[in-house]
Amino acid sequence: MIERRWKRWVFFYVPLTLFVIGTLFPFYWMLITAIRPDAELYRSWRAVNNTPFWTLAPTLAHFQDLLARTTFPRWLWNTFFIAVVSTGISLFCGLLAGYALARLRFPLAGVLGTSIFVTYLVPPTLLFIPLANIIRDFQLGNTPWALILTYPTFLIPFCTWLLMGYFKTIPKELEECARIDGATRFGAMIRIVFPIAVPGILSAGIFAFTLSWNEFIYALIFLSSPERKTVPVGVVSELIRGDIYFWGQLMAGALLGSVPVALVYSFFVEYYVTGLTGSVKG
Amino acid sequence: MKKPIAGGAGGAAGLEVALPHPGTSQPAPLTRFLENERLLAGLLLAPTVILLGVFIAYPFVMGLWLSLSSTSVGNPGRFVGLANFVKAWNDSIFRVSFWNTTFYTFWATLFKLALGMWLALLLNRHFRGKRLVRAAMLLPFIVPTVLSTFAWRWMFDPTFSVLNWLLYQGGFIVTKLPFLSDGDWALWCAIVVNTWRGMPFFAITLLAGLQTISPDLHEAASLDGANGWHRFWHVTWPLLKPVTIVVVVFSVIQTFSDFQLIYVLTGGGPANSTHLVATYAYQVGVAAGLLGEGAAISLFMFPVLLVVVWVQLRYLRRLEGA
Repeated sequence: MIERRWKRWVFFYVPLTLFVIGTLFPFYWMLITAIRPDAELYRSWRAVNNTPFWTLAPTLAHFQDLLARTTFPRWLWNTFFIAVVSTGISLFCGLLAGYALARLRFPLAGVLGTSIFVTYLVPPTLLFIPLANIIRDFQLGNTPWALILTYPTFLIPFCTWLLMGYFKTIPKELEECARIDGATRFGAMIRIVFPIAVPGILSAGIFAFTLSWNEFIYALIFLSSPERKTVPVGVVSELIRGDIYFWGQLMAGALLGSVPVALVYSFFVEYYVTGLTGSVKG
Repeated sequence: MKKPIAGGAGGAAGLEVALPHPGTSQPAPLTRFLENERLLAGLLLAPTVILLGVFIAYPFVMGLWLSLSSTSVGNPGRFVGLANFVKAWNDSIFRVSFWNTTFYTFWATLFKLALGMWLALLLNRHFRGKRLVRAAMLLPFIVPTVLSTFAWRWMFDPTFSVLNWLLYQGGFIVTKLPFLSDGDWALWCAIVVNTWRGMPFFAITLLAGLQTISPDLHEAASLDGANGWHRFWHVTWPLLKPVTIVVVVFSVIQTFSDFQLIYVLTGGGPANSTHLVATYAYQVGVAAGLLGEGAAISLFMFPVLLVVVWVQLRYLRRLEGA
């Protein structure tokens, strides 16, 4: 009995604790840096009374600076707006396309399904240079629309893939019954199938929202004025002046920029996990 | 089996026609149009096809053209054949970046798989606070990569690194480790950060796979005298292989085409020693404005991605066949 308990500690509790510490330590470090006064932040690492893991004089000065002296609140709003609209567009397209691929028989169905899946695997870094040209030709540069229209390129394939899988789990008989009762095919889709698919839509939506909140390279290239930027790009390009890193403010920005997406995630963990695991299911 | 039901329902529909109900007895042209499966499919797929056509297929063709031209910012350029590809191939920084990308992808994927599998096996047990732990473990994957990479950069800071402090206080080192100031160290640091960020994705998807394995199989194996390792190797692993392959393929694509992590952590430095293909393409194509050369460099990723996608498609087809 004692031996078994000992084994459980060595093979279970200790590794799990190490995983938790390793995973969460960078976030703790963000927080502690954000509330640490500058005087304590830049102190020699061999100083005698160094207390790196906590602070004796917590301060909100970095947060105040960030919110009052930079356009950070504006970036938060931009990121939110772009993420919500591009998620909406992607869900709309993904719902319709996913339904067509899961339910309707038409020529080229196989080819279209495969090509949508292949675009799912095309990374943004493969196409950013020509895409920047196209955005300029369409006069979309430095507007939120540059991102609202390009984010769906990686969100739609994912939404379609996830929702197609979801639609396939809904029995066809439900629609057939509705159609026998006089509903049109389109009506049955809207009134019968989509409401049943709400959990799937939520999963796809939450996942798409976090993906667009995290997107970096398109936002970096397509936006140039400071007040138009999204949080990731703003923090990278505007909070570093010259070569100087203001770590307190940077970490405050990193923390505040992570909170909204972490909140959305924490309310919908189960849906997010379904989206995550569904995103790779064959 | 279906006939009698359909017949009965047909009767019901007939009944309804007898009632004064103009909506159902005489469908509007639009509704009749939507009853045609092919037309409806076309209509439903149109938004997706248009968007992906304009912002994926068109850029792809344009990227091919750019890579064969001498276009730069403010200069339309002309056709130069494969000159950009040849130039990239003879460029020592490009060679380093291609090698780095391969190295980075290989080790990061291996670590993510090993640690993710281990974590999934741990999370598959029953313990108090399991849901909370699982939710917390996904945080690195949720938080914007750029922002969490900044925290790592601060932890690797040449002067104020907390990791150096810990190792020094623990008596492991006497001088600071050159985390990001030495090329080899910096690439390994990037692998560590990538592993930290991507491991939860492996863990959670593998956990979902583990949960579909019936406990009866493990019980039967234990009764036959299999120990923990044997049970993993002969029961869990074969059943988990399909999920694992798909997750690895996704991870390889994302790691191979990674940009943001290196951009923030090292910026390709010191002395261009940690560039990946994507960050070097950015430096040439966007920062220096040589669009043709930049497009050619990023297209070097294409053959590798093609092979990976091909593996994935072949594998999916096998699934459908089964």
